[in-house]
This record gives sequence, structure tokens and C-alpha cells, in this order.
Amino acid sequence: MIPAPAFLSNPERFMAFSRWAAPMFGALAAGLGLAGLWLGFAAPEDYQQGDTVRIMFIHVPAAYMSMFVYACLAGASFLSLIFRHALADAAARAAAPLGAAFTFLALVTGSLWGRPMWGTWWEWDARMTSVLILFLLYVSYMALRASLDDETKAARAAAILALVGIVNLPVVKFSVDWWNSLHQGASVFRADGPAMPPIFLWPLGLMALAYTAAFGSLWLVGIRAEVWRRRAEAAALRAARS
Amino acid sequence: MIADLEIGNLALRRGGRLLFQGLELRLKAGEAAALTGRNGAGKTSLLRAIAGLVGLEAGTIGFGDLDPVLARSDHIHLVGHQDGQKPARTVREELDFWTLWTGGTSASAEMAARAFELTPLLDLEVRRLSAGQRRRLALARLLAAPRGLWLLDEPLSPLDADWRARFGAMMAQHLAGGGMIVAAVHDPLPIPAKALEISA
Amino acid sequence: MSRALALLRRETALAWGRGGGPLVSVGFYAGVATLLPLAIGPEPARLVAVAPGAAWVALALAALLSLDRLFERDYEDGALDLLVMSPTPLEITCAIKCLGQWIATAAPLALAAPIAAIALGAEPRLAPLIFACALVGGLAFSFVGGIGAALSLGARRGGLLTAVIVLPLFVPPVIFGGGALDAMAGGLPWASGFLLLSAYAAGAMALGPIAMAAACRNALS
Repeated sequence: MIPAPAFLSNPERFMAFSRWAAPMFGALAAGLGLAGLWLGFAAPEDYQQGDTVRIMFIHVPAAYMSMFVYACLAGASFLSLIFRHALADAAARAAAPLGAAFTFLALVTGSLWGRPMWGTWWEWDARMTSVLILFLLYVSYMALRASLDDETKAARAAAILALVGIVNLPVVKFSVDWWNSLHQGASVFRADGPAMPPIFLWPLGLMALAYTAAFGSLWLVGIRAEVWRRRAEAAALRAARS
Repeated sequence: MIADLEIGNLALRRGGRLLFQGLELRLKAGEAAALTGRNGAGKTSLLRAIAGLVGLEAGTIGFGDLDPVLARSDHIHLVGHQDGQKPARTVREELDFWTLWTGGTSASAEMAARAFELTPLLDLEVRRLSAGQRRRLALARLLAAPRGLWLLDEPLSPLDADWRARFGAMMAQHLAGGGMIVAAVHDPLPIPAKALEISA
Repeated sequence: MSRALALLRRETALAWGRGGGPLVSVGFYAGVATLLPLAIGPEPARLVAVAPGAAWVALALAALLSLDRLFERDYEDGALDLLVMSPTPLEITCAIKCLGQWIATAAPLALAAPIAAIALGAEPRLAPLIFACALVGGLAFSFVGGIGAALSLGARRGGLLTAVIVLPLFVPPVIFGGGALDAMAGGLPWASGFLLLSAYAAGAMALGPIAMAAACRNALS
């Protein structure tokens, strides 16, 4: 998905585009997801992990989405901060709960995977910890938006926070990796071990694409809802005055 | 030196509500404007917009040849309802800090304290002052650091009749020296001023 | 320059008096350090293992507690308006406010931190490093925390919101400082953790004021 802010910055054009793009992405997500799941269940059991390896097809794309959506959120925030564009802000606002949901999914599936793999529900492994902190960043973004009454101010404050977050993320990632290397004993599992056989790679790739398409569809729907909400509010305000 | 204030076709919005639009105001050196209007009409917002603190919905605010950033950092005083004085600090500490911050010296702070008869109060904490004394402390900044354009929000309300007259004389002197004043008022100003009624 | 110094004096004095200033921070810190053995049990073996880390986390919380009113009072009483209307750039003004905060609260906390850690059972030889980490980490906490304090201006429940915003951003300094202390306690090279903490503090001092100034302008508008 190539973002085309210049083309879509016109609200009318955006609404016309998203009207058919949102269901199309949705259909794409369903198709890819079904294919991915089919291949995932057709794949043989892992010789070490057995059947539980299939959680990977849900977990890994969710973890990837958690970061991808934050990048989208920060990109939209940057555009709304620089160009003061209402649509960019609507996009940032709509991305946050979706990103939080993907991150939460990654945490839950990671925990479910960890139970048979590591014998614990939660392991302070570097990746899991990074994702947990990312989840906290989403929560703080939504909390800030929710607690400022003035919408324009809330939008700008939240955009500043999103940019502070994206600058901090690599540092957080680095610090957590560094911390993990200090406490080697705790780390049990490294996914960057041997190369993954193609029979796992195919369903994983399809699922990642399906997640991306699903996000694209839901994001567009969320932005549309946000645009409608603002139009309704503006209309109510006009009606109240006349 | 700031010698012009030009407001053209100005519209301001607060919290989704359009306060006013199409507002025009021109001031030259030595002139004053008195803003009137009911509560919530946008007098305070207009003063804050001139000070550069709030964004404009439409229109322009200019200061002649002077760069707006420089005008707002060096040439404008704002005295609002909230005077920014900390209750636990002494009158001297507050006056000295704000004098220095706005570009005055300790000598000018002393002179301003005398003019507003704050000298006997200098070692008191701000919270011990009466409302009128506290307002005088806020107004003392105007004399302590010379800046051309005074933005005053209800400057007279906590002052008694005597101090209203004396501050009126100070305003007249500021105008005579080529200064400008924009004041939001309920009662008429004791100086000749352009009247500007703010309404939606 | 004299203007900046005057502001630093004012901010330090205000931070010193703000809600009890260092007394409250140090009191809070001592309270957390006291609760800890009560919660996890007084066996020295258990306490020694967690003492440096616990002292360090309590320090981050105490720093957070004092940040809450950094901009809030100036915002409410109109002083922030006047601070903006000055030749001093708002970024510098924000940096000076954080510096004043650091002098008034981080320095007393840095003195209290080694005492609390040793009381919890940390080895006395750790004291200089705890002190240094508390001083340097305090800078990072002030400048990162200031962003949260500025962003939550005008919000309902500002104090709690500041904590929610700031705690995820405290992860790197907590890790670096804790790592340095842990390494020294275990007889390992500790310099890298301390240097990373210093680098983080330097980065926060460089970038934090930009975000704070943007947030303050937004809150005033």
C-alpha cells in the first residue's frame, strides 16, 4: 500500500475512493486469510513444537502489524502536525485503536504460544517486552486524546506524542535487547535461528498480507466514520446557532 | 519601536465556536482602543491573538514594518486577569523577575515600585496582598520594562477610584510618549480611545 | 544570559517550594523503599538481590511524582503566557524549567538514593555509582517527563495522565541505569550501562525541549 496523501488529501476524493476501496481491501483480506489459514493447517507439524507452531501464523503477522500501524500513526501525525490537515488527523485517530488491537493480539497469542513452548504464560523475552511497551505507547496515545476536551488541541498534542513515541521506539528496542543480553539465562527461544522452511513461509506471508489488507480496510472505514462524525458535529453546531 | 497595529478582516474561533469575523482595527503611535462587548464575546481572545498566543481563523494582524515575532517578544506587554504572580513569592522577587524577563533593569523595577506605591510591600508575600495591590504589582511591569504596545484585560476593575485616576494618568503619559494601548473594558477608559464593540 | 539565569533561579525556587519540593520527593522515595522489604520479606538474601534495582525504580517514580506541576501552575495562573512573550526562545525556557526541577528534586534524591539502597542491603561500594546514576538519570527523567507534563496541560486528571504518558518513555533510562548497577553488583564491567544512560540523558536534553515547547504552544492556543 503506497500512501498517497497528496491525492487523498481532498476529503471528497478520499470519500469517493474509500467507498469502494474499503470493501475491496476487506474482500482481499478474507481471501488471503482463508488461503493462509488453509496452507497453515495443511503444513506439517514442527518436529519440536508440534501442532502449536500454527499459532505462529496468527502471532507473527500481528506482531509485525503492531509496528507497521505505529509507523502509519506516526506518519499521519506528522502530516497533520505540519500541514494541519484534518484528514491526516482523522487517519491518526482511526489508526490508534486498530494498532492497539493488533498489539494486544500479538501479546495474547504470544502468551498462548509461550505456555507450551516455555512452560510459562509470560517470558520477559526481548521481543515480547518490546511489544508490551509498544502497547503501552498506544494506550498513552489514546488516553491523551481522550482526556483533552478541545479537539484541535487534543489532535496536536496526540500528534506530538506519536512523534515522540516513534523517536523513542528504536531506543526502547535497543535498550530492551541490551537488557536481554545482560540476563541471558532468561532468554529461551530465538526465532532468528535456522532459516524457516518454505512450507511455513508461504502461509506466514499470506497471513501477513491478509492482516495488512484487513488493516487497510478497517482503517479506511475508521477514517470514514471519523469524517462523518465531524460533519455531523459541525451540522449540529450550525443548527444550534441558527 | 512599535508604531503600528493593523488588524484586517480578523476571525477567531474558540472551542469550535466562531467568536467574531471581519474585525478591523488600525492603531498608530499615541492611540488607544477600548474593546467592549458582553462576556464571552472574545475580548480576551482578541488580546491573546494580538499577543500571538492563539491562532487566527482568518485575517491578519500586523505591526507595520516590524517583524511579528520580534514585536511579540520585545515590544508587547500583556496584563490579563491571571497575572502569573506566584502567591508564595515576595513582591520584590516577582517584580524583579518579570522586569528582567521583559527587558527592564533593577533600577527601572525600583522606579515602577515607587510609581505604584509598592515599595512598602516589597518584602510581603504575594498572597498577603489585596486584589487592588496585586493588580498594581501586575501593572508595575508596564513601567518597569518599556514596551510600546500595552494589551490590558480589564485593567481597572480591582482598582479603587484614586488608583483608577492615577493609572489613567500613566496611560495618558504612555500614549503621549508614542505608545499604544488596547484594553478590554466594561467601564469607559479615562483616556481618549477608539471604541470597538466585539460581537458575533 | 541574565534573563536565563533569573529564570533558573525562579524555577529552582519554585520547584523547591512546589508542594513541599524535595521533602515530598525524598519522603515518597523513603516510603517506597520502606514498603519494599515489608512486601517481599526481610530475608537479607532476597533483599540484596533486588536492592539496587528497587532503589532505582523507586527513584524513577519519585522523579515522576514531582513532575506533575512543572508547567501546570504557570499554565493556570497565566505565567506561561508571559514566559512565551520574551526574546528567550520557548525551547530554552522549557529546558531551563526542567533544569530547575532537576536541581531542586533530583539532587536531594541522588543524596537519598545510596542511603536507601544500602538500607535495603546493597553493598556500600555501590554508593558512588548509585549517586552518579541518580544524578544523570534524574536529568533524563526531568527532560522526558517534562514532555508528558507539557502534553497533559489542560487535561482532566493531568497528573495520572502524565504518568501514563511518561512511564513507557522511562524504559530506556531505567534499563540502562539498572543494568549498570546490576553489573557492578555482580562484579562485571558497568561502564557501558552508565554511558548509555548518559547518552540517553543528552539526547533527552537536546530533543525534549522541542517537544515541550510545541506542546506548550498548543496548550495555550
